[in-house]
Amino acid sequence: MSGPALEVEGLDVMVGGTGMRVVKNLSFSIARGGALALVGESGSGKTMAARSILRLLPPGLRASSEAVRFEGRDIANAADAEMRRLRGAQIGMVFQEPMVSLNPSMSIGGQMGEGLRLHKSLSAGEIRDMSLAMLERVRIPDPGGCLAAYPHEFSGGMRQRIMLASVMLMRPALLIADEPTTALDTLVSREVLDLMMELTEENGTAVLLISHDLGMVARYMQDLLVMKDGEAVEKGSAAEVLRAPSHGYTQRLVDALPRRSHGGERGVPAKPIIEVEGLRVAYPGRRRLLRSLPAKEVLHGVDLRVGEGETLALVGGSGSGKTTLGRALVGLTRPLDGLMRFRGEPLDWRAPQPGMRKDIQFIFQDPYSSLDPRQNVGSIIAEPLKRDRASTRRGRRERTAEILELVGLPADFMPRLPHQLSGGQRQRVAIARALVREPKFLVADEPVSALDMTVQAQILKLIRELQARFGFACLFVSHDLGAVEQVADRVAVMKEGRIVEEGTRDDIFDRPQQEYTRALLDAAMLIDRRFGDRTAAQ
Amino acid sequence: MNVQAKPWFGGVRFNVVFGIAVVGFMFAVALVGPWFAPADPLAINIRARLATPGGDYLLGADEFGRDVLSRLIAGARTSVVIALVTVAIAVALGTIFGVLAGYRRGWTDRCLMIVNDSMLAFPGLLLALGIMAVFGASRDGIIIALGLAYAPVVVRVVRGTVLSLREQEFIEASRVIGNPEWLTMLRHVLPNCLAPLLVVATMMFGWVILSESALSFLGLGVPPPAPSWGNMLSTARPYINQAPQLIVFPGLCISITLLGVNMLGDAIRDWLDPKMERAA
Repeated sequence: MSGPALEVEGLDVMVGGTGMRVVKNLSFSIARGGALALVGESGSGKTMAARSILRLLPPGLRASSEAVRFEGRDIANAADAEMRRLRGAQIGMVFQEPMVSLNPSMSIGGQMGEGLRLHKSLSAGEIRDMSLAMLERVRIPDPGGCLAAYPHEFSGGMRQRIMLASVMLMRPALLIADEPTTALDTLVSREVLDLMMELTEENGTAVLLISHDLGMVARYMQDLLVMKDGEAVEKGSAAEVLRAPSHGYTQRLVDALPRRSHGGERGVPAKPIIEVEGLRVAYPGRRRLLRSLPAKEVLHGVDLRVGEGETLALVGGSGSGKTTLGRALVGLTRPLDGLMRFRGEPLDWRAPQPGMRKDIQFIFQDPYSSLDPRQNVGSIIAEPLKRDRASTRRGRRERTAEILELVGLPADFMPRLPHQLSGGQRQRVAIARALVREPKFLVADEPVSALDMTVQAQILKLIRELQARFGFACLFVSHDLGAVEQVADRVAVMKEGRIVEEGTRDDIFDRPQQEYTRALLDAAMLIDRRFGDRTAAQ
Repeated sequence: MNVQAKPWFGGVRFNVVFGIAVVGFMFAVALVGPWFAPADPLAINIRARLATPGGDYLLGADEFGRDVLSRLIAGARTSVVIALVTVAIAVALGTIFGVLAGYRRGWTDRCLMIVNDSMLAFPGLLLALGIMAVFGASRDGIIIALGLAYAPVVVRVVRGTVLSLREQEFIEASRVIGNPEWLTMLRHVLPNCLAPLLVVATMMFGWVILSESALSFLGLGVPPPAPSWGNMLSTARPYINQAPQLIVFPGLCISITLLGVNMLGDAIRDWLDPKMERAA
């Protein structure tokens, strides 16, 4: 065999009549069985570039190119019928959101067989056998039962594996994976990616991976192409690009990568601000037609202590109960049992002491839903100040301007509405709202996981700066050890509703005691575990 | 996703212009029309019975020789007052109970919804008929009956919106700030219900005009000889062959008003949507 699996030359994607180009003159090629990653932040055009190959652009977008060759054949001008034969059969695609990319009203077996029925003439029995074998291959427990089950019965990671299985069932020559693991936590995304690479290698499938995560790409891909504002700014082998990025933008991306740093550890403060003893939380069971299912306990007696001014990171996979613990501390979830103390006083949110709300604040994960779409930035930030009856309109305004500046937003942002802001700007507003009354304790629930890598680094830096200024203690809930490494003084590892390991940051990162902690660390893809020479050289 | 609205008429969209024109005209007629009416809407002239349009009677005369144009103008006032007050009652009741049910959930929700759903199970008109039986046939009777009959629809819409809003993190954020529940409802839940509420309210404005016509048609509406578009339709029915204009004119009034109200509703909803870029 000769020639590349996919060759794209001079690809442009335009928005309707405006002539605005979201992809500009993009060229790349992937060898048969090779792998290429398109890396870039949101809005860089990477997804549109990949979708235009399959002609799956959203309405209003138009693609034009000098040539798109798939296994030597020009498909840029192919008829729609021919494209339909290619899609699925020879070019497979895995989407970002496993929660919505499977049809909820169709059984897994039905969906997996759909492609085979369309493109190959096989009997029902053969289709079933092939599906079973493939499900076994992607390590789904009880493949037989899985065929009859429906998507809602599976977790995000399982669904993504099923998605992968049904795409690879067709043995495509090219797999396009659009941020396949962005919606998954680090441990699970590691498994899914490992599986994807194994399967594509076995079948000689070329991979076009689209991702914003340079660290992940560096681990799995041979070649990468960095995109910014629709243009390719850097191209080359992954190791080469990471070691010596030539473009300023790539340099910034590389700098934003999580890496293991040393030193800078603050002394453990003696005085605790928050103490938790034997905390248990249960969610009520789902209501069926006649009876309720038993309540599900998600925290089984957790003990925790956060010292004044320190940052304790709470890490664990999804479903470990870390978010529940954070929510219980601010009174968003009612505990079943156990004791919480704030500065030695019992903390009971059913009858909160005055000032408790002012002193304990929360930053939500998703800046897209944590801001009221009808409130402008100024009134979002000023709202907590209104709780203080003595405050004046003028005083609130001045304070808002002050805190806005501290979170790095210009004062003329006040009249803007949330939808006019980027994700990072929204999270800055959310941080400003939480800090405007100078709380003593802050719970941050995955505050950066919805953001781009370079924005993540900025927000983490901002949180550190504000902490140095205001001196609040912080419980930093995250599944991402890369982020944790940058902000934490101490780390507590949670698994299945229990804290399995707790220690200073360096102890956890350098001398993990538990198998689970090691797995988390391994999946976190801290960069200088592979490219240690780069930091050492500096 | 918002469909890009096509500019029309110097950058303003058609539905805005049409909606404002029709609704504005109707309100103006209701307010000052009677002073400009060519004749007394109740004056009977047997010689002009079923007169065709033209001459002294611009839109003809009805079976008692009363001027149709004057009666339409007088009817507009009846319809506007009834529709406005009824919609206000239904929206006020529906919003209070809808927000309560959606936000409190649990037993509050269940009790309210049982009552609500049993009311919804009746067709609105039938329910209104029952309530009218208690209050008697009068303008105020119609308003109360229709207001109560349509409130459950608003409750459903508001409750649904509140249920989905509850899951949004900004509602929880309001709790974390320390806002009491009523303030969260007032400041964050209610304003975000505005768009669906407006859509229902404008649609309901149309339903109420129709229902009032229907009730009047059944003889339970505004008692004669006072005109309303509905009772004009119903009294014209026996003469549909001799004088079709008696049906056509009130019918046209109802349809055009409904169209205008709906378009205005759309326009207001778009304008209130924070995601719509407001063209300067």
